[in-house]
Amino acid sequence: MTWFRKKSAQLPMAFRRREVPDGVWMKCAGCGEILYRREVERRLWTCGRCGAHFRISAADYVAILADEGSFTPLFGEVQSVDPLEFSDARGRYADKLLEEQAGDPAREAVVTGRARIESQPLVLAVMDFHFLGGSMGSVVGERIARAGGLARRERIALVILSCSGGARMHEGILSLMQMAKTCAELGRLHEEGVPYISILADPTTGGVSASFAMLGDVILAEPNALIGFAGPRVIRETIREELPPGFQRAEFTQEHGFVDLIVPRGEMRATLGRLLRYFADSEGRRRHRLPAPPAPAPRA
Amino acid sequence: MPGGWLDFEQPLVELEQRIEDLRLLASRENLEADRELKRLAEKADSLRRRIFSDLTPWQRVQLARHPQRPYTLDYIPMLFSDFVELRGDRAFAEDTAIVAGLARFRDRPVAVVGHQKGRNTRENLRRNFGMPQPEGYRKALRVMQLAEKFGNPVITFVDTPGAYPGIGAEERGQAEAIARNVREMTRLRVPIVVVVTGEGGSGGALAIAVGDRVYMLEYAFYSVISPEGCASILWKTREKAPEAAAALRFTAPDLLEMGVVDGLLPEPPGAAHRSPAAAAATIGDALAGALAELEGLDPGELVERRRARYLAMGAYAPEP
Repeated sequence: MTWFRKKSAQLPMAFRRREVPDGVWMKCAGCGEILYRREVERRLWTCGRCGAHFRISAADYVAILADEGSFTPLFGEVQSVDPLEFSDARGRYADKLLEEQAGDPAREAVVTGRARIESQPLVLAVMDFHFLGGSMGSVVGERIARAGGLARRERIALVILSCSGGARMHEGILSLMQMAKTCAELGRLHEEGVPYISILADPTTGGVSASFAMLGDVILAEPNALIGFAGPRVIRETIREELPPGFQRAEFTQEHGFVDLIVPRGEMRATLGRLLRYFADSEGRRRHRLPAPPAPAPRA
Repeated sequence: MPGGWLDFEQPLVELEQRIEDLRLLASRENLEADRELKRLAEKADSLRRRIFSDLTPWQRVQLARHPQRPYTLDYIPMLFSDFVELRGDRAFAEDTAIVAGLARFRDRPVAVVGHQKGRNTRENLRRNFGMPQPEGYRKALRVMQLAEKFGNPVITFVDTPGAYPGIGAEERGQAEAIARNVREMTRLRVPIVVVVTGEGGSGGALAIAVGDRVYMLEYAFYSVISPEGCASILWKTREKAPEAAAALRFTAPDLLEMGVVDGLLPEPPGAAHRSPAAAAATIGDALAGALAELEGLDPGELVERRRARYLAMGAYAPEP
């Protein structure tokens, strides 16, 4: 049940851009190869030798996925507070937030807005692991719910890229309730025939995987992304056994039937374009409305 | 009811023992001890009230996890009649960490779903300590949708350390099972009334806890993460669980104040396990009250109100 995970080496592919000195060379966390930084950037932050997908910021994903200049950020005015006045061994959540915001109070673990991909309009939400492990607190839940509402009213696709350890402990039960909030909005999209594509990046676990991330009409994943409910350490400590190789990786998750396609970062944009055109061409063809189970008569 | 005393109840134990000894002595020797017994009983009551009026969050956790605490299968016979348990998710397996079935509640047909812990080691092995596999959640959804089919309300009892973190559970889509339940419960077209009776263990609890009315027993707790899990991440040691328990603000009064639950159901003196029947009576009245309010609503209106309830949850600036 540990939904929020340390940003540490439990995830072999872990690679934190912030920690990389702005040098010319860098080392792949996957295979150890020394890589020319400009070349890695050109490969959309993947390793040319082993194919490792390095963890990148929401801004980088937006640049990679959206048509140039098409992204209009929305809901940045929804900003974090410290509802529990939470503090732990290392200090107050309020201070941690200020530190992570680095002067920009709109900065949070998700970026939401309008965008176009291969000219198709959509509402895009991208999570950012660099902000408190991509954890979902009230702001993440609210921005995602608003993104869903916008997509629904305009009948354009919702695309969410998840990259999160799960719910944010520092906001307690309110973080858990964001699972219900986001799912409530997705239920409306489902009923009203508005498409939703979920992309799973490394990692997608805990309260994020156990809510909107696993509910896509189509679910895509980046290669080797860690995808699961419980984190590997918690499972290992519970069952007191070593975990099988490849456990909870995207390929494993696909083999077990929970991911449609594994898409390398360089092909993500084209794949989304194809899906978005399919959905756009389907718009207006539907003649029924979900759920439409006959309403049970109210009891007298 | 002897036994099962927690550390913080120790001052009571001695007093209760004196009462018990005196009662035995009086009856054996045929002595008149009523006045003294009455005096001691009053003293015990006032001591109990004092202890229970000032519990720390960690003490509440111990009560919520008390091995004698009533579980779903204890409440069912006290609250419902004609219970028919339904088993299996129709896809892979039966999961006994969740019980589900059809029953009558004060003369109306309902569906009942709840986590089920074991009372001893043998039972706990069978019930997996109340930690469900994906099949438990899928069975729960199946039964809830059965209730929807017939227009009957759903009543759920929440008491789990969390969804089971195991290899098989991951392979069979623990995250997907929870996500689907949460989404479907926001749009189920019949009333859902939830009672958190013990431990509300994160997503494993929420997967059967989305409702039109959510109540909590007085000493239950409901949290995004277990106090031990939180302590091991943020304090680097599970030993700090009591500190984490306080920081997480997960007690029934906290959740009531935050608007996450609609009501706190008072427990009998010494907590629910000292008088399960009294706890059940309180729950029964809450359920009856909630259903009376909800059953008249048009299903569309019911769903819209439930969605609005969850869409309004959270704390951010600017205030909504």
